[in-house]
Amino acid sequence: MTDATTAPSRSRDLDKLLLRPGNLVGPIFDPGTQLREDLKEYVRILVVGAGGLGCELLKDLALSGFTNLEVIDMDRIEVSNLNRQFLFRLEDVGKPKAEVAAKRVMQRVSGVNIVPHFCRIEDKEIEFYNDFSIIVLGLDSIEARSYINSVACSFLEYDSDDNPRDITMKPMVDGGTEGFKGHARVILPGRTPCFECTIWLFPPQVKFPLCTLAETPRNAAHCIEYAHLIKWNEVHGGKAFDPDEPEHMKWVYNEAVKRAELFGIQGVTYSLTQGVVKNIIPAIASTNAVISAACALETLKIASGCSKTLSNYLTYNGVEGLHIKVTEFVRDKDCLVCGPGVLIELDTSVTLQKFIDLLEEHPRLLLSKASVTHRGKNLYMQAPPVLEEMTRSNLSLPLFELMGKATKDIVHVTGIENKDDKKTSCLRKLRVVFKGIDGIMDMDMAGGA
Amino acid sequence: MIRLFKVKEKQKQLAENANGGPPTKKQSAGELRLHKDISELNLPKSCTISFPNGKDDLMNFEVSIRPDEGYYLGGLFVFSFQVSPVYPHEAPKVKCKTKVYHPNIDLEGNVCLNILREDWKPVLNINTVIYGLFHLFTEPNFEDPLNHDAAAVLRDNPKMFESNVRRAMAGGYVGQTYFSRCM
Ligand SMILES: [Zn+2]
Repeated sequence: MTDATTAPSRSRDLDKLLLRPGNLVGPIFDPGTQLREDLKEYVRILVVGAGGLGCELLKDLALSGFTNLEVIDMDRIEVSNLNRQFLFRLEDVGKPKAEVAAKRVMQRVSGVNIVPHFCRIEDKEIEFYNDFSIIVLGLDSIEARSYINSVACSFLEYDSDDNPRDITMKPMVDGGTEGFKGHARVILPGRTPCFECTIWLFPPQVKFPLCTLAETPRNAAHCIEYAHLIKWNEVHGGKAFDPDEPEHMKWVYNEAVKRAELFGIQGVTYSLTQGVVKNIIPAIASTNAVISAACALETLKIASGCSKTLSNYLTYNGVEGLHIKVTEFVRDKDCLVCGPGVLIELDTSVTLQKFIDLLEEHPRLLLSKASVTHRGKNLYMQAPPVLEEMTRSNLSLPLFELMGKATKDIVHVTGIENKDDKKTSCLRKLRVVFKGIDGIMDMDMAGGA
Repeated sequence: MIRLFKVKEKQKQLAENANGGPPTKKQSAGELRLHKDISELNLPKSCTISFPNGKDDLMNFEVSIRPDEGYYLGGLFVFSFQVSPVYPHEAPKVKCKTKVYHPNIDLEGNVCLNILREDWKPVLNINTVIYGLFHLFTEPNFEDPLNHDAAAVLRDNPKMFESNVRRAMAGGYVGQTYFSRCM
C-alpha cells in the first residue's frame, strides 16, 4: 500500500516542513500527515486585493497547500496592469480582477478552490470576515488596511485578566510594495502590534499647497493636481471626481497636459496622472514576488506552527543594493483598536449619568467630564453645545438600554484624566460587562477550549 | 494555530443559534479620534458648528464663521468639513460653501490654508483648523493667492479691496463675478 509519508507527492517539499519534527518549530507544532490534511480542510484564507501583490499571493498560497481560498477586490482589469498582474491577459481587460484571478489559479493548481468577491471591502458584513482563519492583505491604501485591521481586531476578546483569548484572534499577514521597496508583517491581534498601533510607520501623503498649484506650478505633479483638485470643480461643478472612472482620469490627464504646456513643464503622462491622483508609486513585478513569498510563508507558519513566525515587521529595500531588516515593533497597550480597554462591571440599572460619575472615581481611569460613544452612536457629548443638547436626555436612561441590551460590549470615552495632579485630555476604550445576566458565564468559558 | 482553527470550525456549526451575535457596526480609529476633537471643541464666539446628518455622524459637519473684525465684519461664511476614516493621519477636507471674494479662497470654495495641506500634522485638531479659517478672515494675505484678482487688489489697493469685499458681501458684482448676499 502507498504510505502517505513516502509516496511521491505533489507536496513533497512541503512535506519536509509538515511531517518532521524540528528544533525551530512553533510551540504547539504537531507534525504528520494529519496536519497536512487539516491545513486543507480547516484553514480558510481570505486574500484582500487581486492586484499585483494579490495575484502573487493567490498563486503562492495555492502552491503552499492551502485549498480554501477567497479573494476580494473591487477593481476591473486595465491594460496597464498586464505587465505585472500576470494572471491577466489582454482579453480580460474590463473584467473583475477577483474573478479572473480566481479562475486562472484554479485552472493551474488542481484541488484548490477560490471564491471571488467582486465588491468593496466595506460592502461585506463584518461577520463575513470572521469566517476566515487568516486574512492576507495585498493592498495599496492605508484606508483599506485600516478598515480590515479594525474589522479583524473587533473579533478579539479578552478575559478578565486582560489576556487575549486566542480563539477569538484573527491573524493578519500584510504585504505592501512601492517600487523597489516593500514590507511584510504579521499581525496577531492582542499579541503583536496592530496596524493602528504603528500607523505612524506610514509617511503622510505629500500635499502641495493649493496656491502653488493655482499660481506657480513647477513640476508635472503640480499640473496634474491642479487639473484634479481645482480645474475639475471649476468645470464640473458639483459632480464628484471618481478616480476609478477612466473617463475622469483621462479628462484630468488632458487638462494636466494643457497646463504643463502653458508653463513649459515636461513629464505629464497618463500613468503619472494615475499615480499622482491615486497616490500610487509604480509597482515592480519582482518586488511583489519577493513580498508575496514572505507573506505566503508566514501564513503557512501561522497555520501549521512548522516554524516561528516573523516577529513582526520585515522591510525589504532594493533601491541601493539590497537590504532586508526585521524589526520587532511593540504594541500600544492603550490602542483603541486592539487593546483590551479597561474592564468595568455594571448593574443593568446604572444610568448614563451614574456611569459618567463612576468613571471619575475609577482608580484606573480618574476621568472627568466624559463624553461617551458606543458603536457609532454618541450617547453623551460634553461639547459643543448643539450636541450636548441633543444627547442630554440620555443621561437619565440606563446604559444597558442605551447599549441595545448587549450583555457586554465596547464603549469609548473622552474626557480629562486627573493623574498625579496632572490633567490631560484622553480617549479610552472600556469593556463594559453587565452583571447578573444569563449567558455571560457561558460565553467566557469558550476561551478555555 | 491549526488546533484553534479546527475548534473554531466545529464551534461555528454549534453557534448557529447563539445569542449576542456579531458586532454590526464598528467605529474607525479616525471616528474615535474625531469624537475626542469634537467633544473638546472650544470655539470663539463668532464660530458655530452644526451636524446636518444628526448627532451620530461627526465625520461630516459645517462650521459657520461670523468675523467680528476686519474686512469681513458682519459676513457669514459656511465651511463644510469631511473627515477621513484615517484621520488624523490625513487632514480634514474643507470647502467654503459661501461664495466669497477672498485672496485665499477661490470661487469654487477651495481654501489655501497651509495646515489643511502641506503642513498638516496628526497632533493638530479640528479646533486648530477652525481657528486657522477664522484667521483667514481677519488677516487675508496676498502671498498665497487662490483668487488671483482679489490678491492683486489687496496688494495694490487695499481701499478698493475693502469696497469690493463690502459689495460682494452685500450681494453684487465684482468685475464679472456675481456674489450672493451673505450678511
Ligand atoms: Zn493596536
